[in-house]
Amino acid sequence: MDPAQFLTESRVVIVAGKGGVGKTTVTAALARTAALAGLTTLVVEVEGKSGLATLYGQPQFAYDEVVLSPGGPQGAADVLARTVTPDEALLEYLGDHGLNRISRRLVTSGALDVVATAVPGIRDILVLGKVKSLSREERIDLVVLDAPAAGHAITFLGSARGLVDAVKVGPINTQAQDVLDLLTDPALCRVLLVTLPEETPVNELIETAYNLEDQVGVSLGPVVVNGVYPDLAGIGADPVAAARQAGAALRPGEAGHLADAAAFRRERAQLQAEQMARLAADLPLPQLALPFQFSADLGPADLAVLADSVRDGIAGLPEPDPASTPSTAPADDPATEAAS
Amino acid sequence: MSGPVMDAAGDGGALGDLVRRSSIVVCTGSGGVGKTTTAAVLALEGARQGRRTVVVTIDPAKRLADALGLEGLSDTPSAIAGDWPGELSALMLDTKSTFDGLIAKYAGSPDQAEAILANRFYRNISSALSGTQEYMAMEKLYELHEEHDFDLVVVDTPPTRNALDFLDAPRNITRLLDHKLFRLLMAPTRGIVKALNVAAQAFLHTVSRVVGGEAIDDAMTFFHAFEGMEQGFRDRAQRVLELLSDEGTAFVLVASPRRDTVEEAGYFAERLGEADIAVRALIVNRMHPRFGTETATAARERATTLAGTDLGDLYTNLADFALVASREEDHLRGLAAKVAPAPVVRVPFLATDVHDLDGLAAIGTHVFAAADAAPSA
Repeated sequence: MDPAQFLTESRVVIVAGKGGVGKTTVTAALARTAALAGLTTLVVEVEGKSGLATLYGQPQFAYDEVVLSPGGPQGAADVLARTVTPDEALLEYLGDHGLNRISRRLVTSGALDVVATAVPGIRDILVLGKVKSLSREERIDLVVLDAPAAGHAITFLGSARGLVDAVKVGPINTQAQDVLDLLTDPALCRVLLVTLPEETPVNELIETAYNLEDQVGVSLGPVVVNGVYPDLAGIGADPVAAARQAGAALRPGEAGHLADAAAFRRERAQLQAEQMARLAADLPLPQLALPFQFSADLGPADLAVLADSVRDGIAGLPEPDPASTPSTAPADDPATEAAS
Repeated sequence: MSGPVMDAAGDGGALGDLVRRSSIVVCTGSGGVGKTTTAAVLALEGARQGRRTVVVTIDPAKRLADALGLEGLSDTPSAIAGDWPGELSALMLDTKSTFDGLIAKYAGSPDQAEAILANRFYRNISSALSGTQEYMAMEKLYELHEEHDFDLVVVDTPPTRNALDFLDAPRNITRLLDHKLFRLLMAPTRGIVKALNVAAQAFLHTVSRVVGGEAIDDAMTFFHAFEGMEQGFRDRAQRVLELLSDEGTAFVLVASPRRDTVEEAGYFAERLGEADIAVRALIVNRMHPRFGTETATAARERATTLAGTDLGDLYTNLADFALVASREEDHLRGLAAKVAPAPVVRVPFLATDVHDLDGLAAIGTHVFAAADAAPSA
């Protein structure tokens, strides 16, 4: 599938997953891929202090929008980034509702805590409401949201439905309904779930995926499997035989180290393949595999590799079935082909 | 399976000592680093040492339940049968029922307790207020330590980015209870306050236009119902904090060797330091193995020369693991210095996930034998 076409199927992509699975890395790589495909992309963070800026080799950003990576001459677009916090989103929301005067006091007096406790989920719908309004800006082609790691994605994304049911009238209901419209319209928003190719994260992802579809009604994009060991054809070979074949000499003890390292990788690769097969069997969603980065350092160079993997992964995705896709965009628009 | 190996390790090294000497062990660290498993490993060691041990887990994915072969954990301690001289119990934190228990304990009368438990604002506090889960984890720990007959309580902390919020959590709750706005509204008849009260009422009216009058009414009802219980809550929160800084309480920092999680672990260590709490041990899970002593650069050069051959691939693989292992040690160096003199335990990346007691014991062989192992040069 064409990357630009895939990435413009919805205005907002929410990247979600449990802590430690590399959600922020995936967010960064996806944004980079989109920018390289010519889409001006805004990354939204909701927690601050993530590794996103480091991945781009940039200083930490905050509520003000920054350019993480400027577009280039080869048709690449900007990657922009900003943080959206509930407090700031609430201030804006109150301002928009003609309550500018009390908004500052609401935050400084700490009354926000009381309000947020009285109406749980209000923080989530304020943040998502802000994301929705950002996605409406014409200068931005795609918004990638790095969802909170804390707790379940289900809580964060489920707040809107909960509030629509709990608060029947008034501005909160309007806001929640607005967010729910975003979440449940596949042309506006998709959720990409991230996991590692390991047993426990795969179990959790499967459970989360079904809950999100059933309870929130979001549309799920491909599952991103992060940290997959790249194939290495020769690691099944016996080091001594391989040395003879290559006409090279091994140092004493080296054959053992080479064999042990190869066995370790084969064993882990096998376990990873089993988990990915299980995931495919239990969850009928296409998978995007991202390679494990051995540098364990994750800077701009790794990001470039990962962005290439995302692009190649998307290219390998099946073409959408026009009969089952409610997307309004024509699937075989010649202009899109030419633009890529 | 792995049991005899661990027994052969004798006293279990620095971590064996820590488990033996502590009455409370708190495992802390960011999400996804193996805190829950580590807590179970430490608790299992407690039982093996002959102590009456309980482990409290918080993770809603019930990973510990899997690891301990339990179908589901309830929020009261349930004993796990096993071949050890001590006892091992496990439970899963239920934030709401723990909070309900606290209300029942401090309410002046059953009626007061009932009024609070039925209030919607209270139900929101006990399920949705940030920090409540952290607070209740510490409350549970206190309850198990003070009111049950356990020698050792091992507790996992919530998998939030700010996993150390439990240090502030009791304060967060009391801050809410102390809220100026509500203090004013609670004292409608006192002279000078009355004028302020009018302003507060107007403010509240505006807020209710946004969030709905019902929500504010619920909150008001809650604060009225809670009247008189604040002091009991505050005192207990204080005792919980004192217990956390007690000599018998050991904080174990759990991390993985990736740069981002090491950075977060460093932040946790600093936060604990600010609270005058020392990290007693650093456990680093999922360390990549190192094969031989060749540097990544040297192996990579060989791989380049031999490109296109099987041997070239074998060297690439060796270089990959040498690189990841050396980067991981680089990341850990600063953290180890930050928590010094706490021992650093490295647990290797295991071939399979842990889902039974044998798996926990296998990790135990690393935790209780490899303590203080010097990093490879």
